[in-house]
Amino acid sequence: MRAGSPALALTVLALPFLAWTLIALVPPLRRAGRVAGLLGIAAMGAAFIVAALAWLGAAPRTAAEHPAVTWTWIPADAGAMATVGVLVDEVALAMLLLVTLVSLLVQVYSLAYMADEPGPSLGRYYAYHSLFAFSMLGLVLAPGFLQMFVFWELVGLCSYLLIGFWYDRPSAARAAVKAFWITKLGDLGFITGIVMLWGATGTFDFGELFRLAGQGALAIEGLGTIMFLVYLGAVGKSAQFPLHVWLPDAMEGPTPVSALIHAATMVTAGVFMVVRAFPLFALVPDLLVLIAWVGAVTALLAATMACVESDVKRVLAYSTVSQLGYMMAAAGAGAAAAAFAHLLTHGVFKALLFLGAGVVIHVFHTNDMFRMGGLWRRAPWVGGAFGVGTLALAGIPPLPGFYSKEAVLGGVLEAGLTWPFVLLALTAFLTAFYMTRAVVLVFFARPHAGPAAGHGHDHGLHVPALMDGVCRLLALITIGLGGWMTVQALRGHGDAHAPGWLMALSLGLAVGGIALGWSAYQRGVPDPRRLAGVIPLSLIGAAARRGYGLDALYAGLYRAALLGFSRVIGWLDRYVVDGILNALSAWTLRAGDVLRRLQTGLAQDYLYGVALGVLVLLIWAQWGAS
Amino acid sequence: MPLNAYLTLAALVFAIGLFGVLTRRNAVGILLGIELMLNAVNINLVAFARFHGDVTGLVFALFTIAITVAEVAVGLAIVIVIFRVRRTVEADHLDLLRG
Repeated sequence: MRAGSPALALTVLALPFLAWTLIALVPPLRRAGRVAGLLGIAAMGAAFIVAALAWLGAAPRTAAEHPAVTWTWIPADAGAMATVGVLVDEVALAMLLLVTLVSLLVQVYSLAYMADEPGPSLGRYYAYHSLFAFSMLGLVLAPGFLQMFVFWELVGLCSYLLIGFWYDRPSAARAAVKAFWITKLGDLGFITGIVMLWGATGTFDFGELFRLAGQGALAIEGLGTIMFLVYLGAVGKSAQFPLHVWLPDAMEGPTPVSALIHAATMVTAGVFMVVRAFPLFALVPDLLVLIAWVGAVTALLAATMACVESDVKRVLAYSTVSQLGYMMAAAGAGAAAAAFAHLLTHGVFKALLFLGAGVVIHVFHTNDMFRMGGLWRRAPWVGGAFGVGTLALAGIPPLPGFYSKEAVLGGVLEAGLTWPFVLLALTAFLTAFYMTRAVVLVFFARPHAGPAAGHGHDHGLHVPALMDGVCRLLALITIGLGGWMTVQALRGHGDAHAPGWLMALSLGLAVGGIALGWSAYQRGVPDPRRLAGVIPLSLIGAAARRGYGLDALYAGLYRAALLGFSRVIGWLDRYVVDGILNALSAWTLRAGDVLRRLQTGLAQDYLYGVALGVLVLLIWAQWGAS
Repeated sequence: MPLNAYLTLAALVFAIGLFGVLTRRNAVGILLGIELMLNAVNINLVAFARFHGDVTGLVFALFTIAITVAEVAVGLAIVIVIFRVRRTVEADHLDLLRG
């Protein structure tokens, strides 16, 4: 248990905000493009250094202490309604490091990857990036649900802006809107949940809520519903089944953006929230089981979809969905620490994989893996870096994925969730398989005699030094992290209570998946096409290719429910609401037409009226009034 | 003679005047009707003044006569102008206000 310095944490938060404000508010800076990029990188680099200082300088604390500094916000008659501030515990410190590191590397990488963008566009790109980093850091440091929700929405906004960065492409614009709406669906639950929680307890503050939970004073009516609604937010954000459909489409954004979204910022927010609020989730055991099941099913479904995907970025996207399922399953099994460890290690090597994929796409000018091949000979460094990421994702020791994945599996098994454990084990096998498939197709398969493959030969292989360097650095960080985790595990700090066969199983599954992938796609034994034709596999493959019909289901629901409802409302509006108004106006016109005939324009007719009126008044005064 | 006789005479004259105003087609006839109605009022005023022994009614009657003169002058002038513009003073043809 450690607590960091709030001042340093605030500095980390302020730096990207400063960069964003400058880039956004000073048009010449933004239009200059590269200058804006350098400013963003400088701010991010400083933020990373400060985050590292905060990490190193963190002081030990007892479990009872709550290292939050808060200021009151939204004053009301009965005290402040909410607080803002920073909560700097070990979880937040680790996230600060991860977010600043990945953001920094992605921004550096983008300088080369987006070099062809015109200046103003590049400036806009870096403004979004700085805002994105700021939002995520604010989310991580949030000491209460309300501040978390504000930054949560900012993160959603930034991912919308960056996924739709090339907004003149219809597919990108559509993907951005899809990501925005589907995560909003979850956020609706989130806000409802936290407001209900506030209504029941009167506070948004984590420290206060955890204290209540620790005292057993949180046995309020409907806590299960409240936490389920809060969990819905995480389902949308962390792309859990059935709201995962936005994540593969989010590949329409620039590749570095995908790396950022998948590794450090957007999708990790949901898992982070579950980890952060875990003491509250732990009060509802049924919900935890649901979270574990949903996580396991998400992991397996996404893994099968990754196996049949031919777009290298979408393979990585599905693998992210799958690994998020792992994290959620671990959180659901009560192993929040394992979930968080997997979040961190996954963040590092998934950034590596995406940035490596960016290099690959840069070389081949296509996303289709079946039109790539033979890159190993031409760029062993890129292959090496990508390979390190693949082995880490597959779970080969001593790379970090092995330890965190084993911790997840151990946690799920320990919680007695046998079936989710089986699903996750199967996923581990598939993960190794599809990643090997991707590596073989991209780096080892015979180069195809297409224009895409020939391009590299003609002009020589040109990978910008920045992109190459960032990939190498991330590979080194991955290896270093793995080494550190190995040392920790050997010293006995790791999860020692997992059964011994678990390590053998997870290693065996990883090696088996890699071996099958290698033999099928490199040696052709068994022939992948024939393998895909076997009855259960072919059916699963066909279903997975269609994303298990979820997109079609959503489209159908949209057409049937929303458009049907709109049609009914439209009919009511056109014929009932408008009908009443039309009838009223028609009657008014007709009545006016009748009444205007009274106006003859002859003075004597009016006088008749006056005389008649006087007569009536006289008669009334004489006989009527008594 | 009792007051009722004067009042009845005045009512009759007023009714005749009103009838004239409402039924005459000629604008000059309408003006004549208005004169009759005004004079019916004068009869009332004078009768009440005499009956109560109060000269205020007589003064009012004098005022009314003066105003009547002015009204007839203005009214006839308007009739003449209308005749010049529209070549008619028939009330039935003067329906510019018709809706």
